[in-house]
Amino acid sequence: MAKDLKLMKGNEAIARAMIASGCDGYFGYPITPQSEVMETLMAEKPWETTGMVVLQAESEVASINMVYGGAATGKKVATSSSSPGISLMQEGMTYLAGAEIPCVVVNVMRGGPGLGTIQPSQSDYFQSTKGGGHGDYQLYTLAPASVQEMYDFVFDAWDIAFKYRNPVLILSDGAIGQCMEKLYTRDDVPRWTEEERRANAPWATWGKPATRNHNIVTSLELDSAKQEIFNHKLQAKYAEMKEKEVRYEMLNCEDAEYIIVAYGSSSRIAMKAMQMAREKGIKVGLFRLITLFPFPTKQLAEVAAKVKGILCVEMSAGQMIEDVKLATECKVPVEHFGRFGGIIPTPGEVLKALEEKIVK
Amino acid sequence: MANLDIVKPENLVYQRTKVLTDATMHYCPGCGHGTTHRCVAEVIEELGIQDKTVGVAPVGCSVLAYNYFDVDFQEAAHGRAPALATAVKRLNPELSVFTYQGDGDLAAIGTAETIHAANRGENITMIFVNNGIYGMTGGQMAPTTLVGMRSATTPYGRCVERNGYPLRITELLATLPGTYYVTRQSVHTPAAVRKAKAAIKKAFEFQQQGKGLCFVEIVSNCNSGWKMTPVQANKWMEENMFPNYPIGDIKVDGKIAEGIDVNRLVLDHALEVVTK
Repeated sequence: MAKDLKLMKGNEAIARAMIASGCDGYFGYPITPQSEVMETLMAEKPWETTGMVVLQAESEVASINMVYGGAATGKKVATSSSSPGISLMQEGMTYLAGAEIPCVVVNVMRGGPGLGTIQPSQSDYFQSTKGGGHGDYQLYTLAPASVQEMYDFVFDAWDIAFKYRNPVLILSDGAIGQCMEKLYTRDDVPRWTEEERRANAPWATWGKPATRNHNIVTSLELDSAKQEIFNHKLQAKYAEMKEKEVRYEMLNCEDAEYIIVAYGSSSRIAMKAMQMAREKGIKVGLFRLITLFPFPTKQLAEVAAKVKGILCVEMSAGQMIEDVKLATECKVPVEHFGRFGGIIPTPGEVLKALEEKIVK
Repeated sequence: MANLDIVKPENLVYQRTKVLTDATMHYCPGCGHGTTHRCVAEVIEELGIQDKTVGVAPVGCSVLAYNYFDVDFQEAAHGRAPALATAVKRLNPELSVFTYQGDGDLAAIGTAETIHAANRGENITMIFVNNGIYGMTGGQMAPTTLVGMRSATTPYGRCVERNGYPLRITELLATLPGTYYVTRQSVHTPAAVRKAKAAIKKAFEFQQQGKGLCFVEIVSNCNSGWKMTPVQANKWMEENMFPNYPIGDIKVDGKIAEGIDVNRLVLDHALEVVTK
């Protein structure tokens, strides 16, 4: 696929980006609102072109464990699902993090809890950033706000995953997954050659040659003293991510008296609300999170020091707001506005909340 | 003649296969895992595939199998080994891939992964060690625990009304079109070890030929969990486990083996009541 201008759904962009970015394997299970990811892959038949393996598993539990097995051979392996399916994957996620296996997982969020709704939501923020599974671990979490970013972040995710030997989560939602937008495709990245695989993943299980010891991919350590050392190593890795891999975007924050903090589709709505506020003479800026972990703590604190109040807009009952309060140490008022259960707020609602809760 | 006089290379009749590492195994004396490991490792050596093999370890007594095999190894979450092995093989068809799992791992928590890997006809080898109990966690009831058999969670014996029937997953897998070779063996006598090793070898060779999923059950003892001496445990296994888990091939060349009563595969339940 040459660099080209296309119109497509966010879910389709994920699938096409996987093929174009040299992904070796995808394992998934159907769930609304992300089923187009696997449907696109199956229709594209990448096994006939790039050699990418695509398999429909019997469950999300199996999908994520197929990701574990495949990615532990040093190949670029991905899966996608939506909230209830991602919950099923949490066991696998903590094992992946514990065994330090690079991979890409996409969550196209829908409303919860439980079976919830099939409409867009952002209520998996805690699960994504506070460790949905057991143990001290973090996922590098990217939050796309457009179909273009759905596509681009797949490419970025591989770099981070292999650089840090850590699972990367692309945390999207039903709105971004289902909407159609224009998209500039990238030049194809070929799948790794055997030599590249071995060079990029010397730790992986691809058959032990006589020249090295056997490679073991495991998250088990029965000696608690060693496990503590390993935990320190993980924490050092997460600290390095916080130092080097934070991503965010600021719009109109230079002269802002108030800011909205949002990510994903909420940030698109917040952008419109910001424009409406500016038209009314209210100096509002938008601080858009691109990485949810690592959270742009330092950068947000700097902006917060110059404003009178912050409105957090999320399609949840208030999850991201906890990190915003921690980052700003509540030195300015921080308020939440959210619609949830599958309801998308309108820009007018956001503006009203801004005026009532923050500007006053 | 002093003992040292006979320790010469020319007198060597047996040595540990190089596919096993120097690590001291943690298995209880009398347990079948060590012997089963050795059979698998010797097969890998004989087939010359040490550099082309990836194993997947379970959760259970053999959770540390990766320390004993000198081949690349992955440690799965409880029951998930067939899912891992599926992807390893699909992404690396040139590798020989095997799982090594116990009965709790393979036939309880991992039932879905086991059945679906088999039903897809994944071209992998599965080694299934069935000792009728959860050994590592202290001898609780497994899906394979016999009716009437005592365990830490069935202290008065497994009762069908409360606990349901023992699951003969090997027979169940033999009925699926995706399995090519399904057999049940044991490793409690030298003759049994030879047969088990031959079966394991076939299960790896068929994988190399791309025939489909090959499944080798090893009925084994758990003298610690069964609270017996190793000798008593083997005797008890012969008297109680073998009638419920008959030794021999169940499916050969993709067809139900000769002499196997198909009713046994689909209708009969392991109802033989044992007491211990």
